[in-house]
Amino acid sequence: MQIFFNTILVGLSSGAIYALISLALVLVWRSTRVVNFAAAGQAILSTYIGYEAMTRMHNYWLSLPVAILAGALISALVEAIIMRPLAKRTKGTPVESIAPVIATLGVLGGIRSLAGLIWGNTFLQYTSPLSSKGYMVGHTTIPFSPQNAAIVVGAAVVLLLFAALFKFTRLGLALRAASFQPEISRLSGVRVDRVRTIGWAFAGAAGAVAGALVTPTTYLSPNSLDLLLVSGFVAAVIGGLESLIGAVVGGIVLGVGFAFILQYIGTSVTFSAAFIILLIVLLIRPQGIFGKGSSREA
Amino acid sequence: MTLIIEKLHVQHGAITAIDDLSFTINQGELVTIIGSNGAGKTTLLRALSGLLPVTAGRAEWKGKSILGERPEDLVRRGIVHVSEGKAVIPELSVAENLELGGIWRKDKLDVAAATAEVLELFPRLGERMKQGADTLSGGERQMLAIGRAMIARPELLLLDEPSLGLAPLIIDQIFAAVDALRHRLGLTVVLVEQNAMSALSIADRGIIINLGQLVTSGTPSDLLNDPALRSAYLGY
Repeated sequence: MQIFFNTILVGLSSGAIYALISLALVLVWRSTRVVNFAAAGQAILSTYIGYEAMTRMHNYWLSLPVAILAGALISALVEAIIMRPLAKRTKGTPVESIAPVIATLGVLGGIRSLAGLIWGNTFLQYTSPLSSKGYMVGHTTIPFSPQNAAIVVGAAVVLLLFAALFKFTRLGLALRAASFQPEISRLSGVRVDRVRTIGWAFAGAAGAVAGALVTPTTYLSPNSLDLLLVSGFVAAVIGGLESLIGAVVGGIVLGVGFAFILQYIGTSVTFSAAFIILLIVLLIRPQGIFGKGSSREA
Repeated sequence: MTLIIEKLHVQHGAITAIDDLSFTINQGELVTIIGSNGAGKTTLLRALSGLLPVTAGRAEWKGKSILGERPEDLVRRGIVHVSEGKAVIPELSVAENLELGGIWRKDKLDVAAATAEVLELFPRLGERMKQGADTLSGGERQMLAIGRAMIARPELLLLDEPSLGLAPLIIDQIFAAVDALRHRLGLTVVLVEQNAMSALSIADRGIIINLGQLVTSGTPSDLLNDPALRSAYLGY
Protein backbone atom coordinates (compact mmCIF):
# COMPACT_ATOMS: atom_id res chain seq x y z
CA MET A 1 0.00 0.00 0.00
CA GLN A 2 2.87 2.34 0.85
CA ILE A 3 4.33 1.73 -2.58
CA PHE A 4 0.98 2.56 -4.17
CA PHE A 5 0.79 5.95 -2.43
CA ASN A 6 4.43 6.70 -3.16
CA THR A 7 3.78 6.02 -6.81
CA ILE A 8 0.86 8.44 -6.84
CA LEU A 9 2.98 11.14 -5.18
CA VAL A 10 5.76 10.68 -7.71
CA GLY A 11 3.18 10.79 -10.46
CA LEU A 12 1.63 13.98 -9.10
CA SER A 13 4.94 15.77 -9.11
CA SER A 14 5.91 14.83 -12.65
CA GLY A 15 2.29 15.25 -13.73
CA ALA A 16 2.30 18.83 -12.43
CA ILE A 17 5.27 19.60 -14.66
CA TYR A 18 3.62 17.91 -17.67
CA ALA A 19 0.50 19.92 -16.90
CA LEU A 20 2.46 23.20 -17.01
CA ILE A 21 4.12 22.32 -20.32
CA SER A 22 0.81 21.09 -21.64
CA LEU A 23 -0.76 24.38 -20.56
CA ALA A 24 1.95 26.28 -22.44
CA LEU A 25 1.13 24.31 -25.58
CA VAL A 26 -2.63 24.69 -25.17
CA LEU A 27 -2.42 28.45 -24.58
CA VAL A 28 -0.49 28.88 -27.80
CA TRP A 29 -2.75 26.50 -29.68
CA ARG A 30 -5.79 28.41 -28.55
CA SER A 31 -4.41 31.80 -29.46
CA THR A 32 -2.83 31.06 -32.83
CA ARG A 33 -3.63 27.42 -33.79
CA VAL A 34 0.03 26.50 -33.79
CA VAL A 35 1.63 23.50 -32.08
CA ASN A 36 4.58 25.26 -30.52
CA PHE A 37 7.58 22.94 -30.51
CA ALA A 38 9.66 25.94 -29.48
CA ALA A 39 7.98 25.76 -26.05
CA ALA A 40 10.83 23.58 -24.74
CA GLY A 41 13.39 26.01 -26.14
CA GLN A 42 11.66 29.04 -24.66
CA ALA A 43 11.41 27.29 -21.30
CA ILE A 44 15.09 26.33 -21.31
CA LEU A 45 16.15 29.88 -22.16
CA SER A 46 14.03 31.32 -19.38
CA THR A 47 15.44 28.70 -17.00
CA TYR A 48 18.99 29.72 -17.90
CA ILE A 49 18.01 33.32 -17.22
CA GLY A 50 16.59 32.20 -13.87
CA TYR A 51 19.85 30.37 -13.22
CA GLU A 52 21.82 33.55 -13.96
CA ALA A 53 19.55 35.51 -11.62
CA MET A 54 20.07 32.92 -8.90
CA THR A 55 23.86 32.97 -9.19
CA ARG A 56 23.80 36.78 -8.86
CA MET A 57 21.17 37.16 -6.16
CA HIS A 58 21.96 33.88 -4.38
CA ASN A 59 18.26 33.38 -3.90
CA TYR A 60 16.26 30.72 -5.72
CA TRP A 61 12.90 32.23 -4.82
CA LEU A 62 13.83 35.66 -6.19
CA SER A 63 15.08 34.02 -9.37
CA LEU A 64 11.64 32.52 -10.04
CA PRO A 65 9.86 35.77 -11.01
CA VAL A 66 12.87 36.70 -13.16
CA ALA A 67 12.57 33.38 -15.01
CA ILE A 68 8.80 33.77 -15.36
CA LEU A 69 9.05 37.32 -16.72
CA ALA A 70 11.81 36.24 -19.10
CA GLY A 71 9.68 33.31 -20.27
CA ALA A 72 6.71 35.59 -20.95
CA LEU A 73 8.87 38.11 -22.79
CA ILE A 74 10.69 35.52 -24.91
CA SER A 75 7.41 33.92 -25.93
CA ALA A 76 5.79 37.26 -26.77
CA LEU A 77 8.80 38.18 -28.89
CA VAL A 78 8.74 34.85 -30.75
CA GLU A 79 5.08 35.50 -31.57
CA ALA A 80 5.43 39.15 -32.54
CA ILE A 81 8.72 38.93 -34.45
CA ILE A 82 8.49 35.52 -36.10
CA MET A 83 5.06 33.92 -35.94
CA ARG A 84 2.80 36.88 -36.73
CA PRO A 85 4.71 38.10 -39.81
CA LEU A 86 5.00 34.49 -40.98
CA ALA A 87 1.25 33.93 -40.62
CA LYS A 88 0.55 37.12 -42.61
CA ARG A 89 2.97 36.16 -45.38
CA THR A 90 1.78 32.59 -45.75
CA LYS A 91 -1.93 33.41 -45.50
CA GLY A 92 -3.84 31.79 -48.33
CA THR A 93 -0.83 29.79 -49.53
CA PRO A 94 -0.54 25.98 -49.39
CA VAL A 95 2.02 26.17 -46.56
CA GLU A 96 -0.25 28.30 -44.37
CA SER A 97 -0.81 25.63 -41.72
CA ILE A 98 2.55 23.86 -41.79
CA ALA A 99 4.97 26.80 -42.07
CA PRO A 100 4.38 28.06 -38.51
CA VAL A 101 4.96 24.59 -37.04
CA ILE A 102 8.22 24.22 -38.92
CA ALA A 103 9.17 27.71 -37.80
CA THR A 104 8.69 26.67 -34.17
CA LEU A 105 11.09 23.76 -34.77
CA GLY A 106 13.53 26.30 -36.16
CA VAL A 107 13.12 28.47 -33.07
CA LEU A 108 13.65 25.42 -30.84
CA GLY A 109 16.91 24.58 -32.62
CA GLY A 110 17.99 28.20 -32.64
CA ILE A 111 17.42 28.73 -28.93
CA ARG A 112 19.16 25.46 -28.03
CA SER A 113 22.22 26.42 -30.06
CA LEU A 114 22.21 29.88 -28.54
CA ALA A 115 22.02 28.43 -25.03
CA GLY A 116 24.86 26.05 -25.92
CA LEU A 117 26.96 28.99 -27.14
CA ILE A 118 26.37 31.09 -24.05
CA TRP A 119 26.35 28.52 -21.27
CA GLY A 120 28.09 25.57 -22.93
CA ASN A 121 26.76 22.07 -23.26
CA THR A 122 27.72 21.10 -19.73
CA PHE A 123 25.34 20.21 -16.94
CA LEU A 124 24.73 23.16 -14.63
CA GLN A 125 23.11 23.07 -11.20
CA TYR A 126 20.15 25.39 -10.71
CA THR A 127 19.69 24.68 -7.05
CA SER A 128 16.75 25.28 -4.79
CA PRO A 129 17.03 25.71 -1.02
CA LEU A 130 14.49 22.93 -0.76
CA SER A 131 15.87 19.45 -0.53
CA SER A 132 15.43 17.08 -3.42
CA LYS A 133 15.75 14.20 -0.97
CA GLY A 134 12.53 12.41 -0.20
CA TYR A 135 10.57 12.98 2.99
CA MET A 136 11.01 10.44 5.76
CA VAL A 137 7.87 8.56 6.67
CA GLY A 138 8.58 6.40 9.70
CA HIS A 139 11.91 4.81 8.89
CA THR A 140 11.62 4.88 5.12
CA THR A 141 12.41 7.64 2.67
CA ILE A 142 9.59 8.19 0.22
CA PRO A 143 10.37 9.32 -3.32
CA PHE A 144 8.70 12.69 -2.79
CA SER A 145 10.86 15.62 -1.74
CA PRO A 146 10.19 19.16 -0.54
CA GLN A 147 11.10 20.34 -4.03
CA ASN A 148 8.49 17.93 -5.43
CA ALA A 149 5.99 19.53 -3.08
CA ALA A 150 7.01 22.96 -4.36
CA ILE A 151 6.43 21.71 -7.90
CA VAL A 152 2.92 20.53 -7.10
CA VAL A 153 2.05 23.71 -5.19
CA GLY A 154 3.61 25.96 -7.83
CA ALA A 155 1.76 24.24 -10.64
CA ALA A 156 -1.52 24.43 -8.72
CA VAL A 157 -1.05 28.16 -8.11
CA VAL A 158 -0.35 28.80 -11.78
CA LEU A 159 -3.35 26.78 -12.85
CA LEU A 160 -5.69 28.54 -10.43
CA LEU A 161 -4.40 31.93 -11.52
CA PHE A 162 -5.00 31.10 -15.16
CA ALA A 163 -8.43 29.64 -14.44
CA ALA A 164 -9.45 32.80 -12.57
CA LEU A 165 -7.98 35.03 -15.27
CA PHE A 166 -9.81 33.27 -18.06
CA LYS A 167 -13.09 33.03 -16.22
CA PHE A 168 -13.38 36.35 -14.45
CA THR A 169 -11.40 39.06 -16.27
CA ARG A 170 -11.99 41.06 -19.41
CA LEU A 171 -8.59 39.99 -20.70
CA GLY A 172 -9.64 36.37 -20.16
CA LEU A 173 -12.83 36.96 -22.11
CA ALA A 174 -10.85 38.58 -24.93
CA LEU A 175 -8.42 35.64 -24.95
CA ARG A 176 -11.23 33.12 -25.17
CA ALA A 177 -13.22 35.08 -27.75
CA ALA A 178 -10.17 35.66 -29.95
CA SER A 179 -9.32 31.97 -29.87
CA PHE A 180 -12.82 30.80 -30.78
CA GLN A 181 -13.86 33.46 -33.31
CA PRO A 182 -11.12 35.94 -34.22
CA GLU A 183 -13.25 37.73 -36.81
CA ILE A 184 -16.25 38.31 -34.55
CA SER A 185 -13.82 39.37 -31.83
CA ARG A 186 -12.24 41.99 -34.07
CA LEU A 187 -15.68 43.24 -35.07
CA SER A 188 -16.41 43.55 -31.35
CA GLY A 189 -13.36 45.75 -30.88
CA VAL A 190 -10.90 43.18 -29.52
CA ARG A 191 -7.34 43.91 -30.63
CA VAL A 192 -6.80 40.30 -31.66
CA ASP A 193 -3.11 40.63 -32.61
CA ARG A 194 -2.28 42.03 -29.20
CA VAL A 195 -4.40 39.44 -27.42
CA ARG A 196 -2.59 36.67 -29.29
CA THR A 197 0.77 37.99 -28.20
CA ILE A 198 -0.50 38.04 -24.62
CA GLY A 199 -1.65 34.43 -25.02
CA TRP A 200 1.88 33.49 -26.07
CA ALA A 201 3.31 35.44 -23.17
CA PHE A 202 1.16 33.49 -20.70
CA ALA A 203 2.25 30.27 -22.35
CA GLY A 204 5.88 31.31 -22.01
CA ALA A 205 5.31 32.08 -18.34
CA ALA A 206 3.78 28.64 -17.73
CA GLY A 207 6.73 26.96 -19.45
CA ALA A 208 9.15 29.07 -17.41
CA VAL A 209 7.51 27.96 -14.16
CA ALA A 210 7.86 24.33 -15.27
CA GLY A 211 11.54 24.81 -16.15
CA ALA A 212 12.47 26.69 -13.00
CA LEU A 213 10.66 24.24 -10.72
CA VAL A 214 11.79 20.98 -12.28
CA THR A 215 15.42 21.83 -13.01
CA PRO A 216 16.59 21.75 -9.34
CA THR A 217 15.53 18.08 -9.25
CA THR A 218 17.77 17.29 -12.24
CA TYR A 219 20.30 19.49 -14.02
CA LEU A 220 20.36 22.28 -16.56
CA SER A 221 21.58 21.78 -20.13
CA PRO A 222 20.43 23.15 -23.49
CA ASN A 223 18.18 20.16 -24.10
CA SER A 224 17.29 19.10 -20.58
CA LEU A 225 13.61 19.97 -21.07
CA ASP A 226 13.15 18.29 -24.44
CA LEU A 227 11.65 15.07 -23.09
CA LEU A 228 9.18 17.13 -21.09
CA LEU A 229 7.97 18.64 -24.33
CA VAL A 230 6.98 15.19 -25.56
CA SER A 231 5.11 14.42 -22.34
CA GLY A 232 3.53 17.86 -22.30
CA PHE A 233 2.40 17.38 -25.86
CA VAL A 234 0.89 13.97 -25.10
CA ALA A 235 -0.84 15.49 -22.06
CA ALA A 236 -2.23 18.32 -24.20
CA VAL A 237 -3.59 15.88 -26.76
CA ILE A 238 -5.16 13.72 -24.03
CA GLY A 239 -6.81 16.88 -22.75
CA GLY A 240 -8.11 17.84 -26.17
CA LEU A 241 -5.62 20.63 -27.01
CA GLU A 242 -8.35 23.26 -26.53
CA SER A 243 -9.10 23.03 -22.85
CA LEU A 244 -7.03 24.41 -19.99
CA ILE A 245 -8.62 21.98 -17.55
CA GLY A 246 -7.99 19.23 -20.06
CA ALA A 247 -4.31 20.19 -20.22
CA VAL A 248 -4.02 19.87 -16.46
CA VAL A 249 -5.95 16.62 -16.18
CA GLY A 250 -3.99 15.23 -19.13
CA GLY A 251 -0.73 16.12 -17.39
CA ILE A 252 -1.71 14.52 -14.09
CA VAL A 253 -3.10 11.39 -15.78
CA LEU A 254 0.09 11.00 -17.76
CA GLY A 255 2.34 11.65 -14.75
CA VAL A 256 0.56 9.14 -12.55
CA GLY A 257 0.34 6.66 -15.44
CA PHE A 258 4.09 6.93 -16.01
CA ALA A 259 4.81 6.48 -12.33
CA PHE A 260 2.84 3.25 -12.23
CA ILE A 261 4.47 1.92 -15.37
CA LEU A 262 7.86 2.80 -13.92
CA GLN A 263 7.01 1.14 -10.62
CA TYR A 264 5.35 -2.01 -11.84
CA ILE A 265 6.72 -2.61 -15.33
CA GLY A 266 10.08 -0.92 -15.58
CA THR A 267 12.07 2.04 -16.83
CA SER A 268 12.63 0.69 -20.32
CA VAL A 269 9.03 1.13 -21.44
CA THR A 270 8.19 4.54 -19.94
CA PHE A 271 9.13 6.56 -22.97
CA SER A 272 7.41 4.29 -25.46
CA ALA A 273 4.42 4.32 -23.13
CA ALA A 274 3.98 8.05 -23.84
CA PHE A 275 3.57 7.36 -27.52
CA ILE A 276 1.39 4.31 -26.96
CA ILE A 277 -0.92 6.37 -24.72
CA LEU A 278 -0.93 9.12 -27.37
CA LEU A 279 -1.92 6.68 -30.10
CA ILE A 280 -4.60 5.02 -28.01
CA VAL A 281 -6.15 8.39 -27.15
CA LEU A 282 -6.04 9.56 -30.75
CA LEU A 283 -7.62 6.35 -32.03
CA ILE A 284 -10.37 6.13 -29.43
CA ARG A 285 -11.12 9.78 -28.82
CA PRO A 286 -9.27 12.01 -31.28
CA GLN A 287 -10.78 15.15 -29.80
CA GLY A 288 -9.24 14.27 -26.42
CA ILE A 289 -11.00 13.70 -23.14
CA PHE A 290 -11.99 17.35 -22.87
CA GLY A 291 -12.21 18.16 -26.55
CA LYS A 292 -15.31 19.84 -28.01
CA GLY A 293 -18.27 20.59 -25.84
CA SER A 294 -16.62 21.29 -22.55
CA SER A 295 -13.99 23.61 -23.98
CA ARG A 296 -16.15 26.50 -22.86
CA GLU A 297 -15.42 25.73 -19.26
CA ALA A 298 -12.11 27.56 -19.06
CA MET B 1 -23.85 63.14 -45.87
CA THR B 2 -22.09 60.82 -43.50
CA LEU B 3 -21.07 57.73 -45.48
CA ILE B 4 -19.52 58.45 -48.85
CA ILE B 5 -18.47 55.62 -51.15
CA GLU B 6 -16.77 56.68 -54.35
CA LYS B 7 -15.50 54.54 -57.21
CA LEU B 8 -14.86 51.66 -54.84
CA HIS B 9 -13.04 48.58 -56.14
CA VAL B 10 -12.54 45.35 -54.23
CA GLN B 11 -10.64 42.50 -55.79
CA HIS B 12 -11.03 38.85 -54.76
CA GLY B 13 -8.03 37.28 -56.46
CA ALA B 14 -8.85 37.47 -60.17
CA ILE B 15 -12.47 38.41 -59.55
CA THR B 16 -13.62 42.01 -59.24
CA ALA B 17 -16.16 41.76 -56.44
CA ILE B 18 -16.92 45.47 -56.15
CA ASP B 19 -16.53 47.42 -59.36
CA ASP B 20 -16.57 51.21 -59.49
CA LEU B 21 -19.31 51.49 -56.89
CA SER B 22 -20.41 54.93 -55.68
CA PHE B 23 -23.19 55.96 -53.33
CA THR B 24 -23.79 58.10 -50.28
CA ILE B 25 -25.84 57.54 -47.18
CA ASN B 26 -27.13 60.32 -44.97
CA GLN B 27 -27.03 60.47 -41.22
CA GLY B 28 -29.90 58.56 -39.68
CA GLU B 29 -30.84 56.87 -42.93
CA LEU B 30 -31.57 53.16 -43.22
CA VAL B 31 -30.46 51.98 -46.62
CA THR B 32 -30.80 48.42 -47.80
CA ILE B 33 -28.43 46.93 -50.32
CA ILE B 34 -30.24 44.41 -52.48
CA GLY B 35 -28.85 41.96 -54.97
CA SER B 36 -28.63 38.31 -55.82
CA ASN B 37 -26.05 35.88 -54.51
CA GLY B 38 -22.59 36.96 -55.57
CA ALA B 39 -23.67 40.54 -56.27
CA GLY B 40 -21.00 41.78 -53.86
CA LYS B 41 -23.22 42.74 -50.92
CA THR B 42 -21.28 40.92 -48.24
CA THR B 43 -17.97 41.96 -49.79
CA LEU B 44 -19.10 45.58 -49.63
CA LEU B 45 -19.86 45.36 -45.91
CA ARG B 46 -16.62 43.51 -45.20
CA ALA B 47 -14.69 46.21 -47.01
CA LEU B 48 -16.48 48.95 -45.06
CA SER B 49 -15.74 47.32 -41.70
CA GLY B 50 -12.06 46.79 -42.52
CA LEU B 51 -12.17 43.02 -42.91
CA LEU B 52 -11.26 43.19 -46.59
CA PRO B 53 -8.71 45.42 -48.30
CA VAL B 54 -9.98 47.87 -50.88
CA THR B 55 -8.10 48.03 -54.18
CA ALA B 56 -9.12 51.50 -55.22
CA GLY B 57 -11.60 54.26 -54.49
CA ARG B 58 -12.68 56.27 -51.53
CA ALA B 59 -14.81 55.53 -48.49
CA GLU B 60 -15.42 58.19 -45.88
CA TRP B 61 -17.38 58.21 -42.66
CA LYS B 62 -18.13 61.62 -41.17
CA GLY B 63 -15.51 63.26 -43.40
CA LYS B 64 -12.65 60.89 -42.62
CA SER B 65 -11.44 57.95 -44.66
CA ILE B 66 -12.14 54.51 -43.30
CA LEU B 67 -9.94 52.67 -45.76
CA GLY B 68 -6.89 50.83 -44.49
CA GLU B 69 -8.23 50.87 -40.94
CA ARG B 70 -8.58 47.72 -38.89
CA PRO B 71 -12.03 46.50 -37.82
CA GLU B 72 -11.17 46.92 -34.13
CA ASP B 73 -10.31 50.58 -34.74
CA LEU B 74 -13.41 51.25 -36.84
CA VAL B 75 -15.53 49.92 -33.97
CA ARG B 76 -14.02 52.68 -31.88
CA ARG B 77 -15.10 55.17 -34.56
CA GLY B 78 -18.69 54.03 -34.29
CA ILE B 79 -18.81 51.61 -37.22
CA VAL B 80 -20.09 48.24 -36.08
CA HIS B 81 -20.58 45.29 -38.40
CA VAL B 82 -22.85 42.36 -37.59
CA SER B 83 -21.51 39.78 -39.99
CA GLU B 84 -23.46 37.17 -41.85
CA GLY B 85 -24.98 34.11 -40.23
CA LYS B 86 -25.85 34.86 -36.59
CA ALA B 87 -22.51 36.28 -35.59
CA VAL B 88 -22.25 35.06 -32.03
CA ILE B 89 -19.52 33.07 -30.31
CA PRO B 90 -21.20 29.75 -29.50
CA GLU B 91 -18.52 28.73 -26.99
CA LEU B 92 -19.30 31.73 -24.78
CA SER B 93 -22.39 32.37 -22.68
CA VAL B 94 -25.04 34.87 -23.70
CA ALA B 95 -23.82 37.27 -21.00
CA GLU B 96 -20.21 36.93 -22.21
CA ASN B 97 -21.22 37.56 -25.82
CA LEU B 98 -22.91 40.78 -24.72
CA GLU B 99 -19.97 41.75 -22.53
CA LEU B 100 -17.68 41.28 -25.53
CA GLY B 101 -19.56 44.02 -27.38
CA GLY B 102 -18.46 46.60 -24.82
CA ILE B 103 -15.11 45.10 -23.93
CA TRP B 104 -13.11 48.00 -25.35
CA ARG B 105 -15.26 50.72 -23.84
CA LYS B 106 -14.07 52.77 -20.88
CA ASP B 107 -17.49 54.11 -19.89
CA LYS B 108 -18.64 51.10 -17.88
CA LEU B 109 -21.77 52.85 -16.65
CA ASP B 110 -22.95 53.37 -20.19
CA VAL B 111 -22.06 49.78 -21.09
CA ALA B 112 -24.36 48.67 -18.28
CA ALA B 113 -27.07 51.04 -19.52
CA ALA B 114 -26.69 49.78 -23.09
CA THR B 115 -26.87 46.18 -21.88
CA ALA B 116 -30.06 46.94 -19.98
CA GLU B 117 -31.56 48.49 -23.13
CA VAL B 118 -30.68 45.40 -25.15
CA LEU B 119 -32.28 43.12 -22.59
CA GLU B 120 -35.38 45.29 -22.61
CA LEU B 121 -35.58 45.05 -26.38
CA PHE B 122 -34.86 41.30 -26.40
CA PRO B 123 -36.19 39.95 -23.09
CA ARG B 124 -35.48 36.37 -24.20
CA LEU B 125 -31.76 37.08 -23.99
CA GLY B 126 -32.23 38.18 -20.39
CA GLU B 127 -33.75 34.83 -19.51
CA ARG B 128 -30.80 33.00 -21.02
CA MET B 129 -27.84 35.04 -19.80
CA LYS B 130 -25.99 32.12 -18.22
CA GLN B 131 -26.65 29.69 -21.06
CA GLY B 132 -24.13 28.99 -23.78
CA ALA B 133 -24.88 30.88 -26.98
CA ASP B 134 -24.86 27.48 -28.70
CA THR B 135 -28.12 26.62 -26.94
CA LEU B 136 -30.00 29.54 -28.52
CA SER B 137 -32.40 29.27 -31.43
CA GLY B 138 -31.49 30.93 -34.73
CA GLY B 139 -33.65 33.95 -33.97
CA GLU B 140 -32.21 34.35 -30.49
CA ARG B 141 -28.69 34.16 -31.89
CA GLN B 142 -29.49 36.96 -34.31
CA MET B 143 -30.91 39.00 -31.44
CA LEU B 144 -27.72 38.35 -29.50
CA ALA B 145 -25.55 39.39 -32.45
CA ILE B 146 -27.47 42.64 -32.86
CA GLY B 147 -27.55 43.14 -29.10
CA ARG B 148 -23.79 42.75 -28.87
CA ALA B 149 -23.36 45.35 -31.60
CA MET B 150 -25.66 47.79 -29.79
CA ILE B 151 -23.53 47.67 -26.64
CA ALA B 152 -20.73 49.27 -28.65
CA ARG B 153 -23.11 52.26 -29.11
CA PRO B 154 -22.69 52.29 -32.89
CA GLU B 155 -23.42 55.28 -35.07
CA LEU B 156 -23.19 53.31 -38.30
CA LEU B 157 -24.56 49.80 -38.13
CA LEU B 158 -23.66 47.38 -40.91
CA LEU B 159 -26.08 44.46 -40.89
CA ASP B 160 -25.46 41.45 -43.10
CA GLU B 161 -28.52 39.31 -43.84
CA PRO B 162 -30.13 39.26 -40.41
CA SER B 163 -33.01 37.21 -41.88
CA LEU B 164 -30.81 34.36 -43.10
CA GLY B 165 -32.29 30.99 -42.20
CA LEU B 166 -35.00 32.39 -39.93
CA ALA B 167 -38.74 31.71 -39.90
CA PRO B 168 -40.97 34.53 -41.26
CA LEU B 169 -42.38 35.38 -37.85
CA ILE B 170 -38.89 35.74 -36.37
CA ILE B 171 -37.75 37.80 -39.35
CA ASP B 172 -40.58 40.24 -38.66
CA GLN B 173 -39.47 40.52 -35.03
CA ILE B 174 -35.86 41.16 -35.98
CA PHE B 175 -36.77 43.82 -38.52
CA ALA B 176 -39.16 45.46 -36.09
CA ALA B 177 -36.33 45.58 -33.54
CA VAL B 178 -33.90 47.11 -36.05
CA ASP B 179 -36.53 49.66 -37.02
CA ALA B 180 -37.19 50.56 -33.38
CA LEU B 181 -33.49 50.83 -32.58
CA ARG B 182 -32.63 53.12 -35.41
CA HIS B 183 -35.49 55.48 -34.72
CA ARG B 184 -34.77 55.57 -31.02
CA LEU B 185 -31.01 56.06 -31.39
CA GLY B 186 -30.81 57.89 -34.70
CA LEU B 187 -28.61 55.15 -36.14
CA THR B 188 -27.39 55.12 -39.69
CA VAL B 189 -27.92 51.60 -40.99
CA VAL B 190 -26.66 49.74 -44.04
CA LEU B 191 -28.74 46.61 -44.30
CA VAL B 192 -27.70 43.90 -46.73
CA GLU B 193 -30.54 41.52 -47.56
CA GLN B 194 -31.73 38.88 -49.97
CA ASN B 195 -35.16 39.17 -48.39
CA ALA B 196 -35.83 42.39 -50.28
CA MET B 197 -39.46 42.77 -49.27
CA SER B 198 -38.78 42.74 -45.54
CA ALA B 199 -35.78 44.99 -45.91
CA LEU B 200 -37.58 47.55 -48.06
CA SER B 201 -40.46 47.62 -45.60
CA ILE B 202 -38.25 49.37 -43.02
CA ALA B 203 -35.78 51.13 -45.36
CA ASP B 204 -35.67 54.76 -46.42
CA ARG B 205 -33.92 53.81 -49.60
CA GLY B 206 -32.82 50.75 -51.51
CA ILE B 207 -29.66 50.32 -53.54
CA ILE B 208 -29.63 47.49 -56.03
CA ILE B 209 -26.26 46.10 -57.00
CA ASN B 210 -25.32 43.39 -59.45
CA LEU B 211 -21.87 41.92 -60.15
CA GLY B 212 -20.37 44.53 -57.88
CA GLN B 213 -21.88 47.45 -59.80
CA LEU B 214 -24.68 49.83 -58.99
CA VAL B 215 -27.89 49.06 -60.87
CA THR B 216 -30.12 51.71 -59.39
CA SER B 217 -31.19 53.27 -56.15
CA GLY B 218 -34.44 54.78 -54.98
CA THR B 219 -37.14 54.83 -52.37
CA PRO B 220 -38.80 51.51 -51.58
CA SER B 221 -41.93 52.48 -53.50
CA ASP B 222 -39.91 53.51 -56.59
CA LEU B 223 -38.15 50.17 -56.61
CA LEU B 224 -41.26 48.13 -55.92
CA ASN B 225 -43.24 49.91 -58.63
CA ASP B 226 -40.71 49.22 -61.36
CA PRO B 227 -41.79 45.95 -63.00
CA ALA B 228 -38.38 45.30 -64.57
CA LEU B 229 -36.58 45.69 -61.24
CA ARG B 230 -39.19 43.64 -59.48
CA SER B 231 -38.76 40.62 -61.70
CA ALA B 232 -34.98 40.91 -61.97
CA TYR B 233 -33.96 41.72 -58.39
CA LEU B 234 -36.86 41.55 -56.00
CA GLY B 235 -37.77 38.05 -57.01
CA TYR B 236 -41.49 38.10 -57.63
